[in-house]
Amino acid sequence: MGQLKLSVNGRAVSRDVPGETLLVDLLREHLRLTGTHVGCDTGQCGACVVHVDGRAVKACNVLAHAVAGSQVTTIEGLADGGGLHPMQQAFNENHGLQCGFCTPGMIMSGVDMVQRYKAAGRDLDEPAIRHELEGNICRCTGYENIVKSIQSAAARM
Amino acid sequence: MYATNYHRPATIEEAVSLLTGNDEAKALSGGQTLLPTMRQRLAAPSDLVDLRGLPGMTGVSAGDGTLTVGAAVAHADVAGNADVLRLIPALAGLAGRIGDPAVRHMGTIGGSLANNDPAADYPAAALALGASIVTNSREIDAGDFFQGMFTTALEDGEIITAVRFPVPEKAAYAKFPNPASRYAMVGVFVARTSAGARVAVTGAGADGVFRHSAMETALDADWSPEALAGVATPADGLLSDIHGSAAYRAHLVGVMARRAVAAAG
Amino acid sequence: MSTGIGARVRRKEDRRFITGKGRYTDDIRNDNQAYAAFVRSPHAHAAVKGIDKAAAEAMEGVIAVLDGHQLTGDGIGNIITGWAITSRDGSPMNIGAWSALATDRVRYVGDAVAVVIAESPALARTAAEAVAVDYEPLAAVAQPVAALASGAPQVHDNVPGNLVFDWEIGDEARADAGLAAAAHVTEVEISNNRLAPNAIEPRSAIAIHDEAEDHYTLYTTSQNPHVARLVLSAFYNVAPEHKLRVIAPDVGGGFGSKIYIYPEEITCLWAAMKTGRSVKWTAERSEAFMTDAHGRDHVTRARMGFDKNGRITAFKVDTIANLGAYVSLFATATPTYLYGTLLSGQYDIPAIYGTVKAVNTNTVPVDAYRGAGRPEATYLIERTMDIAAREMGMDPAELRRINFIKAFPYQTQVLLNYDSGDFPALLDMAQKAADTAGFAQRKAEAAARGKLRGIGYSTFIEACGLAPSAAAGSLGAGVGLWESAEVRVNPVGTVEVLTGCHSHGQSHETTFAQLVSDRFGIPIENISIVHGDTDKVQFGMGTYGSRSGPVGMSAVMRALDKVEAKVRKIVAHQLEASEDDIEIVAGEARVAGTDRKMAWHEIGLAAYTAHNLPADMEPGLKEGAFFDPVNFSFPSGCFICEVEVDPETGVTEIVRFVSADDFGTIINPMVVEGQVHGGVTQGIGQALLEQVVYDESGQLLTGSYMDYCMPRADDVPSYAIAHGCTPSPNNPLGIKGCGEAGAIGAPPAVINAIADAIGTDDISMPATPQKVWEALHRARPAVAAE
Repeated sequence: MGQLKLSVNGRAVSRDVPGETLLVDLLREHLRLTGTHVGCDTGQCGACVVHVDGRAVKACNVLAHAVAGSQVTTIEGLADGGGLHPMQQAFNENHGLQCGFCTPGMIMSGVDMVQRYKAAGRDLDEPAIRHELEGNICRCTGYENIVKSIQSAAARM
Repeated sequence: MYATNYHRPATIEEAVSLLTGNDEAKALSGGQTLLPTMRQRLAAPSDLVDLRGLPGMTGVSAGDGTLTVGAAVAHADVAGNADVLRLIPALAGLAGRIGDPAVRHMGTIGGSLANNDPAADYPAAALALGASIVTNSREIDAGDFFQGMFTTALEDGEIITAVRFPVPEKAAYAKFPNPASRYAMVGVFVARTSAGARVAVTGAGADGVFRHSAMETALDADWSPEALAGVATPADGLLSDIHGSAAYRAHLVGVMARRAVAAAG
Repeated sequence: MSTGIGARVRRKEDRRFITGKGRYTDDIRNDNQAYAAFVRSPHAHAAVKGIDKAAAEAMEGVIAVLDGHQLTGDGIGNIITGWAITSRDGSPMNIGAWSALATDRVRYVGDAVAVVIAESPALARTAAEAVAVDYEPLAAVAQPVAALASGAPQVHDNVPGNLVFDWEIGDEARADAGLAAAAHVTEVEISNNRLAPNAIEPRSAIAIHDEAEDHYTLYTTSQNPHVARLVLSAFYNVAPEHKLRVIAPDVGGGFGSKIYIYPEEITCLWAAMKTGRSVKWTAERSEAFMTDAHGRDHVTRARMGFDKNGRITAFKVDTIANLGAYVSLFATATPTYLYGTLLSGQYDIPAIYGTVKAVNTNTVPVDAYRGAGRPEATYLIERTMDIAAREMGMDPAELRRINFIKAFPYQTQVLLNYDSGDFPALLDMAQKAADTAGFAQRKAEAAARGKLRGIGYSTFIEACGLAPSAAAGSLGAGVGLWESAEVRVNPVGTVEVLTGCHSHGQSHETTFAQLVSDRFGIPIENISIVHGDTDKVQFGMGTYGSRSGPVGMSAVMRALDKVEAKVRKIVAHQLEASEDDIEIVAGEARVAGTDRKMAWHEIGLAAYTAHNLPADMEPGLKEGAFFDPVNFSFPSGCFICEVEVDPETGVTEIVRFVSADDFGTIINPMVVEGQVHGGVTQGIGQALLEQVVYDESGQLLTGSYMDYCMPRADDVPSYAIAHGCTPSPNNPLGIKGCGEAGAIGAPPAVINAIADAIGTDDISMPATPQKVWEALHRARPAVAAE
């Protein structure tokens, strides 16, 4: 199968992993980037969302080898340097998280939707955010403050 | 996940040879259905042959009254494609409601059609629009392609490379999602084509996607939601599960069909 | 910006979570890590005739395959229930034995019979599949009513008729008399749907055995690590308490499901000892559905009598509660003392009588889930009130209003003594916020769009702040339910608060720090909250039952009192002033009316250098306290929900949801509102979307998110929240607790709104589109017609 080569958070990574290795396992178990979480086994909760070549994907639903050569960004690599990304900042300011487990996926999905809507020149209003969060489940917040966080970050991104 | 070998062939020929004669090998496209199935240990392919990087399977092209979508085009890229939006906006709308945003970034039209999940959206579009499923060896009319739940006309080693949609006069898709999975519990795609009205129903049929000939007849006579008012959908042969009985699904087929026709204008 | 009591302080704990640096159990990996996978029964009920482990043991990388006979042979004790219930005939409850690994019989799909320890999780799973178990399937029963039928399959041989207990509360003769005298009697049959808690972090455990010290460490997804250590030690014989450290690091939600000490944690600890390896297990979601304790699952018949003016004369209730295959830790308390005692709701009811038959079935154990008993009581009462109002032609809000308790303290007919509240004020507040006056116009406007609009009320009360230990003990509890705290002022003036509560989303690292900042005026950055580790924290009962505020924070307040008293003594001594003249403001202690003062860090230093302390004073500045409440706290609220139903599809959209609540004193409104948002969303989930379904043979049909419908962002509206406040007189802060209110109060508000919209009460939870459409069909065929 050969070495799997890709970029994770801007760093070149080369690993010899079996064919069945999921991207989330590569991140969590091989690279020890444990900010990407696993909350289900049917691809629905979205706790594992990362960006592959700038697009949100579910890392538990993608083989590591299938993203060979790609640029992967995880929650750990979202912010430049030691600061916070505006989306991370907004989640803190708007109390967009409680237990924090779904949060990395929410933030990565939030960044993705803001970028897509901005690129398409579309207005990301509250109903749009709620619809775009179809693939992210939170059990704590009732979504209210997640929606507010994304709205607030969108204005700053 | 059981152990499996991952392959990323460079050519269609290489992909065919990896898939041919190996019952345990499976083609992998976006993997948004296959991988959860494998994670739940309900599938154990010995080899996965990734088709997404193959030449000639990407991109959307328009011409000659048709719209051709490469098999490896992701749902998000169909949803946002200018040609699709211009020529068959209903198809773009359908693609933009499959799964969720992250799923739409990975899942592909070819993968969806080849899997023929009874609750998938694309089969309804392909059947209603009278699409041709283009493979490495032939073109298959959608009417012949879908052969019951998870079953298609694809032969061993045959790979979908593109889907060619005749551009309809008008079309629309109305979907009633399963509240839990968000797959279609009932999805109805209606199209007015040069050959007449076509209505395809997904999510409801125990044998997968099907055409609703009674509705087509009614719409041929009068393309309007009202024309469907008296058209019955028998509950026989429809799925029944904890989310919806066959009778409820039959009722929803009518509601979704009327809404689709209304949306198509 | 204030960081004291009442301030919207942004959370101190957020940074690690938003940067992916949280440390959840599954994030931890030890050097000698091995992985556990359980061999689980595919049958709801079967005899285990034999287990053939040879093929699994022979696989490369398999370290051990262990079964229940080995486990019990090593003296690992059966899993206990913590609350003894006495049946109404005076007999003790019947409890079937529950071993962490089943030996002779399996009793639900997912019941574990063996565990594989292997070098990787995937290998452990594969090897678990290679363990050949010889099952002889037995007839199974999954539904609680069916379990009581004569001839029903017996889940446990020593639980005749599957009846764990038949409990009563209240005065039957009085209730009968009240019903007989009533001008109108409303009869209801109501089921409370079975739910899966679904914390998004699946349960996980990592066990370590240090052979040299014979010491165990367990990392686990627990809401109460000290209780886990106590039970693991005292009842399961894993290790004595001083040889067992339990750490609950960051925990991704609990909602009750992480209170209990499950078979997996016990087995991992034992397997770590057996194999000499660190043993890790993390549930997959499908495994969570079949092993996490479920919630609710009641079937109830009730009658409520009213006089000619609509005043309630009596309430009589018969409930059957499904406990599942085994009786879990708080499973017996949930449908009794957390349910029957709430049957008076917010109403002055002169006669109440209730019975609860608790039954075993071939399903996963049922225990406390957010609200625990109180949602079941509230749903029953609030649905009954609405149905009664419709039957009597009264306005549901007015029927509630005329029956409200208006004077406190109020002794209910079902044990509880309500200490405070202002129910009419909450109803007024909610009606104003919901613009109920404009409802008729909105309904007409919706009708013009082809939608059926309805409005529903829920006026609810809960007993929280679990719990007064002596009272709990007298009712059968096996533990006291006080809380402890220790406040350490360091020599440099920074403060650590050690609490026995556990935060798994509740924001304790911020709100507990606010108490200290408020008291001493020191920056919140200089305060840290320590929890979740039995080696660090003195003791504690954990977090559940909305107790961290009323009980846990009260313990902190008591410890702060002691610290403050000592500070006054030190400062008075150093500044040669009277203690009474010392003011503690803005991180300084000063002599009132003078410029003599000590900065906070100088006080800390003085306490630890001990160069100049009052005679007989011990050095240091560290105080502990235990707080045992004298009563429950009684949060209350009024929810108003407006829905629009699509008559063609039966789809319900919640278009407006208003909460007017009374949680007593609020420490951080931002956090409290977040708790309401989440609780209400879970309540809406129960009302519209969620249900665990077992078929009649006991197979689980909702084993993943493909079939179990979780509330998503587009299923719920934006919420309007208003707060009233009648402080609790029974704790130093006047705090009542807020964690469960939403889940308790929301379901009846939603269902009442749907019933109002579709014009029939023939609707049950979850009110799925199909159910609503069918109800509409039955009641108003013309509206639902094709």
